[in-house]
Amino acid sequence: MSTQDISLQAGVRTVQKPFWNRRTRAWVGHTFVYLFMVALAAVVLIPFFWLVASSLKSVIQQYTFPPTWIPKPIVWKNYTDLFTVLPFALFVKNTAVLIFWNIIADVLSNSAVAYGFARMRFRGREFWFIVLLATMMIPGAVQMVPRFILFKLLGWYDTYLPLLVPSFFAGPFSVFLLRQYMMTIPYELDEAARMDGANRFQIWYKILLPLCTPALTIIVVGSFNGAWNIFMDAIIYLNDWKKMPVQVGLTMLRSTSLSGSGTNWGLIMAGSFLTMLPSLIIYYFAQEKLIGGIASVALKG
Amino acid sequence: MSLSTAFRGALGPLSRMKPRLRISQTQQEEIEGYLWISPWLFGLLTLTLGPLVASFLLSFTQYDIVNKPIWVGLNNYRLIFKDQDFYQSLKVTFTWALMSLPLHLVLNLAFALLLNLKIRGMYFFRTLFYIPNVLPGVATVMLWMWLLNPSFGLINYLLSSIGIQGPMWFASPRWALPGLLVMSLWGVGGGAIIYLAGLQNIPPHLYEAAEIDGAGTWHRFWHITLPLLTPTIFFTLVMGMIGVFQVFLTAFVATAGGPLKATLFYMLYLYTTAFQSFKMGYASALAWILALIIFFFTILVFRSSSLWVHYEAERTRKRGEP
Repeated sequence: MSTQDISLQAGVRTVQKPFWNRRTRAWVGHTFVYLFMVALAAVVLIPFFWLVASSLKSVIQQYTFPPTWIPKPIVWKNYTDLFTVLPFALFVKNTAVLIFWNIIADVLSNSAVAYGFARMRFRGREFWFIVLLATMMIPGAVQMVPRFILFKLLGWYDTYLPLLVPSFFAGPFSVFLLRQYMMTIPYELDEAARMDGANRFQIWYKILLPLCTPALTIIVVGSFNGAWNIFMDAIIYLNDWKKMPVQVGLTMLRSTSLSGSGTNWGLIMAGSFLTMLPSLIIYYFAQEKLIGGIASVALKG
Repeated sequence: MSLSTAFRGALGPLSRMKPRLRISQTQQEEIEGYLWISPWLFGLLTLTLGPLVASFLLSFTQYDIVNKPIWVGLNNYRLIFKDQDFYQSLKVTFTWALMSLPLHLVLNLAFALLLNLKIRGMYFFRTLFYIPNVLPGVATVMLWMWLLNPSFGLINYLLSSIGIQGPMWFASPRWALPGLLVMSLWGVGGGAIIYLAGLQNIPPHLYEAAEIDGAGTWHRFWHITLPLLTPTIFFTLVMGMIGVFQVFLTAFVATAGGPLKATLFYMLYLYTTAFQSFKMGYASALAWILALIIFFFTILVFRSSSLWVHYEAERTRKRGEP
């Protein structure tokens, strides 16, 4: 449509409805939508603001009514207390060990299994792939008790093994994601590598893994978050409180923060804020990476 | 050494003795294929199917980990159907499912429609609304426990400033579940992402055609957007159902099932039975009943899907197009 047509059309409209033409309507619509979005954004952000504000308040400041939005004076004590009332640094270290092994295990096992499903031809491949997808539907509740008994019989109770070993056996979501991604990589690359004398292990390791970076980013972010958020498995399989990951440590704050004047929510909020921080940072960076990955796929396709 | 040479090496002497055993290229690929997926296959047997069978058998026993399991037949199931806490946990879980599933579905969809508007800066809002979904569960629960504190929480303060006396939330049997619902709604904008992907998959020419035919906004939503989103709705409904019956963390941290068992979710009851009372057989029976409930509703949704889920490919085939 040429600009002339638009102006002609707009002209006709202006004659019909002088105060309510297309442009004003669009403008009013946009403004309304923006106002609405800003209001929703405020609803999402206000709890955050409250979290940070409360973490900088003393117990007395927390229990005043009406509450103050900005703490006056700002109290940093909660953040230092966090590392003295409980070995919070130890909890973080415990979790770091879990994160390290989970990422390695998830990347290796999921990409290997995905490679098998995407690149190898074998009888029963479709059948096993459907089984893989079907396992997503099995409720975890059914496996909880027998897994506990199994790990206990293996002598793994109160060790990190029950939290780590299962991730070496690949998970349906990640395998599905990686397999779909590998299918988009041209098979000619594999063939060219074979011509050059590469075996399948080398093709997987040297060609497909680097090309799968966008999908692997999603896997790595997922396993980081999974390990950082470990809670239920930890309270089931671990007994020694010094071995607990950070999320369980956070719940311990509730009982240790009881003072004479009530629960010190500032301390709990400080702990909550610190445990949220890595997730937020990862999300911020992964966002850019993921978008880049999607864009590169779109360009290739 | 590569996997293939390893195999040829291992089978080499054999194949020289019996020529029939020499493996062909395709046979070799078959074996290798199974080797590649073996980590998952091993996990499937030991961590998924094995436990499935084990928990079925355990559900007919009395087992406290320390002593040997005693076969009690159907006794666990008989006791469960007389168990007050079992019925309470069913009631809580179903109430929760009926409250949260439809509400989340509608709000996710509404958010997705909003986020799909072509407006500058929309990417920023999309990123922002997703944030509550990436936060650790425990920290989120802690934050909301403080926000919903009856006397000093922000929510009740804001309610009081518009003249509403806020409820006791997690301290009241009546308001504990609604409190959890309010908390879950914080992440509702993030749940919209999957619908957004569904919306963006709808071919724009359908809307253009409808516009030429003179269809209004509502008409286009009802006859194009909604039917083409039904596969997405179907998917989220199935996954949401499996999740909604297994709520654990929020209730465990926020209320521990209380007050007066008002938030005794099924999963929470199962957990305490297994890992606090150490009634492994009884807990296995509870787990199987839960699995059957989930299975029943999943089948129900799958069966009903032909009535309401619209698949574009089927439609074109029916019309006799190539």
